[in-house]
Amino acid sequence: MRSRLGSVWGSTLGRHLLLAMAALVVVVLVLESVSDYRNTQLAAMAYLGIAAGGLTVLTGINGQLSLGHGALMAIGAYTAALLLPDRDSSVPLTAVIVASVLVTLAVGTVVGLAAARLHGPYLAGATLALAVAVPGIALYFKETLGGEQGLRVVMPDIPVWALDLAFFVTGQDLTRSRFTAYLGWLTLIVVFFLLANLSSGRVGRRWRAVRDDEVAAELAGIDLGRARVSAFMVSAAAAGAAGAVLAFTVKLAAPSAFTLTLSLTLLAAIVLGGLGSLSGALIGAALLTFLPSVVTDLGTNAGLSDIKAAELAPLVYGLVMVAVILLAPAGIIGSLRGALARRRTKTRSTSPKGTAA
Amino acid sequence: MQQFLNTALTGLTLGMVYAAFALALVLIWRSTRVVNFAQAPMAMMTTFIALVIIDAGYSYWLGFAAALLAGLVLGALLERVVIRPVEGKSEINAVILTLGLFIVLHALAAVVFGNRYRSFPAPFGLRGIEIGDTTIALNGFGIFTIISVLVVMGLLVALFRYTDVGLKMRAAAFNQEVARLLGVRVGHMLTLGWALAALVGSLAGILIAGGSLVHPSYMDSVVVFGFVAAVLGGLDSPLGAVLGGLILGVSLSFVSGYVGSQLVPLAALVILMLVLTLRPGGLFAQAPERRV
Amino acid sequence: MRRHTRVAGPLAVALATTLALGACGAGGRDSSDDGGGGGGATDPGVTDSSIKIGATFPLTGVAAPGYSEIPTGAQAYFDYVNEQGGVHGREIDYIVKDDGYNPTTTSTVTNELVLKEEVFATVGSLGTPTQASVADYLNDEGVPQLMVSSGSLQWGDNVEERPLTFGWQPDYEIEGKIIGQWVAENMPDAKVGLFLQDDDLGVDAEKGVRQYVDDQIVAVERYTSGNTDVAPQISGLQAKKADLVLAFNTPSYTALSQLVALKTGYQPKWFYANIGSDPALVGSLLERFSEGAVAGDASALDGIMTSEYIPGVDSPDDPWVQLWQQVWDEHGQDGELTNYRIYGMSQAYAFVQALESAGEDLTREGLVEAIEEGGTEWEGPQLAPFRYSAESHMGIAGVRLVEIAGGVGEPITDVLTTDIGDAEITTDESGQGDDAPPENGVPAS
Repeated sequence: MRSRLGSVWGSTLGRHLLLAMAALVVVVLVLESVSDYRNTQLAAMAYLGIAAGGLTVLTGINGQLSLGHGALMAIGAYTAALLLPDRDSSVPLTAVIVASVLVTLAVGTVVGLAAARLHGPYLAGATLALAVAVPGIALYFKETLGGEQGLRVVMPDIPVWALDLAFFVTGQDLTRSRFTAYLGWLTLIVVFFLLANLSSGRVGRRWRAVRDDEVAAELAGIDLGRARVSAFMVSAAAAGAAGAVLAFTVKLAAPSAFTLTLSLTLLAAIVLGGLGSLSGALIGAALLTFLPSVVTDLGTNAGLSDIKAAELAPLVYGLVMVAVILLAPAGIIGSLRGALARRRTKTRSTSPKGTAA
Repeated sequence: MQQFLNTALTGLTLGMVYAAFALALVLIWRSTRVVNFAQAPMAMMTTFIALVIIDAGYSYWLGFAAALLAGLVLGALLERVVIRPVEGKSEINAVILTLGLFIVLHALAAVVFGNRYRSFPAPFGLRGIEIGDTTIALNGFGIFTIISVLVVMGLLVALFRYTDVGLKMRAAAFNQEVARLLGVRVGHMLTLGWALAALVGSLAGILIAGGSLVHPSYMDSVVVFGFVAAVLGGLDSPLGAVLGGLILGVSLSFVSGYVGSQLVPLAALVILMLVLTLRPGGLFAQAPERRV
Repeated sequence: MRRHTRVAGPLAVALATTLALGACGAGGRDSSDDGGGGGGATDPGVTDSSIKIGATFPLTGVAAPGYSEIPTGAQAYFDYVNEQGGVHGREIDYIVKDDGYNPTTTSTVTNELVLKEEVFATVGSLGTPTQASVADYLNDEGVPQLMVSSGSLQWGDNVEERPLTFGWQPDYEIEGKIIGQWVAENMPDAKVGLFLQDDDLGVDAEKGVRQYVDDQIVAVERYTSGNTDVAPQISGLQAKKADLVLAFNTPSYTALSQLVALKTGYQPKWFYANIGSDPALVGSLLERFSEGAVAGDASALDGIMTSEYIPGVDSPDDPWVQLWQQVWDEHGQDGELTNYRIYGMSQAYAFVQALESAGEDLTREGLVEAIEEGGTEWEGPQLAPFRYSAESHMGIAGVRLVEIAGGVGEPITDVLTTDIGDAEITTDESGQGDDAPPENGVPAS
C-alpha cells in the first residue's frame, strides 16, 4: 500500500490528483464547520483565489504584467448573468461556468495576441486601459447589459441530488451560502489542478524559459509569441471561471464591481502571497478577503468613528503591501520557503516531514 | 462650429494636464525604470497642502510654491526611503510598491484632510474669452495651464540636453555602473529624478484642481489617462509625453461629445492599441528597444 | 521525497491558514437560518432593551465625499433618542459598514450585517446598484430593507416581488414630472435641454420630464459618472441652443457643469434636481468663482432653480432644522451640520417613528405592517407625506420647487405631490410642510 501510494506520488499528475483529493476533504471539513457568514467570505476568497491563480501563471510564471484581469473577470461574470436571468433558466451551473470560461477565453485570446508584442510598462499600460474600458462597454449597451444597474444573477434552486448528497455526507442541511461556497471551492480545486499540471509540464517550462531569458528560449526553439499568447489564454480562462463564481456569490454583474481596484487587488494578492506559486496566490487571496474586515473591526473596537475605522482598512492594507515588498520581496510563500530551506540545511538529519505542515 | 471648436479646446486643455502628468511619469521612468502609480496621490497630497495655506488666508501663489516645494521634498523622501530598496530589482515588485503607496497616501489624506469636497481657487478668470459675439472655451486659467506645461517641458528638455546635471542624470539612468566609473553620484541623481518628477506631478495636481473641487480621489481619473499618454508617447521621451497627452485629450473629448461618454475609456484603449501595434515602444521609442 | 515537501508544504500551509482564518469567530451557526419574516418574538436583533440595525454607505473611495456624512447624522439622532430612553425602552444600536460604492463589497458587508451581526433590519443604506445587489438576498432572508437612500423606483414599485424593501426620498420620476409640469406651464416657449447622469437617475427622471415637455426638448446629453470632463456634453446643449437646462446629476457635477458653462459662455436657465443642489456646496463654489474671476462673477449661480423635500441648512429658522442643530451640537462628531447630515437625521426620525408605531412587541412582520398602515400619516420633517401602503413602498410623495437667491432657496411653488406613472400632480393638502417637531424631538406613537 505504502509503495503504491509512493508510486502515485512519484508522478506529477498523481501527486496533484492526491493533493486535489486532500484539498477536497479539507474544503468539506472547513465549509461544514463554519457559519453561513464565513461561508460567504470563503466564497469571496474562492473567486479571488481562482483569478489570482490564473494571474500567477501569466505574471509569475510567464513574466507578463497584467493590470486588467478585473476586466476579464467582468466578462466571465456578465456571461454568467446573461445565462441566469430568472429562476426558471434551465442552464446547469456547471455549463454556466464552462460558458463563462469559453467566452473569456475568446476575449483573452484576442487581448493576448495584441499584448504578445508588448513589454513591461507598455503591456501594463494596455491592460490598464483594458481594465477601465470594459465596464464602459456595459454602460454603453444598456439594453442587453443593464447599464450602471447591471444584470441580476438569479441562482436556480439547489438541485435535489446536491441537497441529498450533502445531507447524506454531513448530516446537515445545505444552505444557499454554503452551496455557493462549495461551487466556488470545487471550481477552485479544478482550476488549480489544471493550472498546476500545466505549469509543471512542458508548457510550463516553456513559459518559464520565456520569462527568464527570451534569447535563450528562442535559441531553444520556443516560439515566443505562442508561449506568451498561450499563457494569456490560460490565465484569461481562469479569470472567466472566477467571474462566474463572483456572479454566483454577489448575484449581480454591474460595472462598478469591476473597477481598476479589482485588477490591482488581484495583482497585490499574487505578489503578497509569493510570485509564481499557486499556494501563494491562495494565501494572498485569503489575506485580501479577511484583512479589511478584521482591521475595521479592530478600529471600531478601539473607539474610532465609523469613517476613520473604514479608512484604517486601506491604510493597513497599503502598509502591508509596502512592508511585504520591502521586508519579504519574495512574498509570504517565498520567504517561508527560504526560511524552511535554511532550516533544513541546518538540521539535515531530522526528518523533513516535520516541516511539511 | 462653436461646439466643434469648444470640444477641441477643452480637449486641448485637458490634454495638457495629462501631458504634465505623463511628463512626471517619464521623468521617473527615465531615472529609475519604475512606473510610479503613486504619482496621483502624491500630487493630491501637495494640492491639499496648497489648499490649507490658501484657506489660511495666504495668497494663491504662496500655496502654489508650497505645493511644488512639497512635491520636491516628498519625491526625494519617497525615493530615498521606500523606492531605493527595489530599484533594479523585479519590475513587478516596484509596481506593487507604488500601488501600496497609492493606497496608503489615499487613506492618509482622507484621515488628515477629510473625505469631503473642497473647492480650490484659480488665479485667473474662469470665464471663456469672448471673440466678437461668441465665447470660446478657453479661459485665463486654461491659457495658464497650457503655458506652464509647455514651459516645464522646455525646461526639462533643456535640463537633459544642455546642463551638466541633466547629462549626469541621463548617464545614471542609462547605465549605473558606467556612470559610477565616470564619477557620477548615481544615488543623488536618482533622488533628483524623483524629486523633479514629483514637482511636475504637483503642478499637474494644482492645474486640475484650479476652479474645481478637490477630495482624496480627485486625481484618480488622471491616473489611467496620464499613464496611457506616457505609454503612447514612449516612456523615454518628454516630447512624446506631451504629444501623447494632447492626442489623448483631444480625441477623448471628441469621443465624449459626439459618440458617448461611456466609450471614452474604450476609445483610449483603441488608440493605445493602434499606436502600440504599429510601434510597440510608443510614438517616440528610442531606436533599438532596450532589454530590461 | 525532498521534492514533494517543497510542493506540498506551502499548499498545506495555505489550506491550514484557510482553515484557521475560516474557523476563527465561527459563531452563530445555529441562529443563522431562521430568517423568513414571521418568527414572532424571536426575530434577530431585538431584545427587551435593544434593537440592532445596520446600514451600508461609501465611507471610502470616490463616492465617499458627502455621502459618508449621512450616517454621522443618523448616528447623532439615534444617540439623541437613546439618551431619552430609546423607543419602547429599547436603545438603537446602529452599525455602519463601508461598501466603497462597490456592489461586490455591498454584498459582502450585508452578509456580515445579516449573518454575523444579526441585525433586525437595514435602514437607509445608500446607492442604486449597491442596494440592488442585496435586495433579493435581504427579502429572501426576511430582513427588512428600509428607507433605501436612492431615488430609484425599484424600492417601492413592486411590493409583491420585494415585500420587505421600502424607499424613502421622492423618486426621480415624480421629481421629473413635477419639474416638467412647472416648465410646461411657466416656460412654455423654453427650448429644453436635458443634462443627465447615465444611470437610473437619468432614465427615471427623463421618463417623468417627457410626460409634460416632450415637444419642448431640443437636446439630451448624458455623462458617465466618474468621467469628470463634461465640456463635450455642455457644448452639445449649447450647440442645440437650449435655453433651459434640466439637470439630473450628483453634486460634484453641478460644480463641473457650472464651471464649463462659465468657460464656454453658456448662460441658459439652470434647473438642478434636488440630488445635485446642495446649497452649502454650491455656495462654496460660488465664493471661489468670484475669487478667481477678473470681473465679478458673484451672481453666476443666482437664479438657479431646484427642488426640496426636507428643510436644509439654508433655512436655519425652520423648527426642524433647529432640532437637527441641537441634536448635532449635543451628539455630533467633528464638523458642522450639513444637508447630508440632515438627510441622515430625517431618515432616522422616520425610522424611529416606524418603531414607535410597531409597538412594544417588535417583530419584522409587525414593523412592515406598521409602516404600510400608518406611514402616510406620520408627521415629520418631510414636506410631503410618504406613500407607504400595502400596494406601494415608495417614499416621500412630492417636492417643492425653489429658486436660489443669495445661497438660499426661495419657494416658487407650493408643495406638489404625485405618484409614478400618469398620476396627477396636486398641491399637497396634508399640512406636512407646516408641522413642527414634538417638544422632546422624538416622535410619539
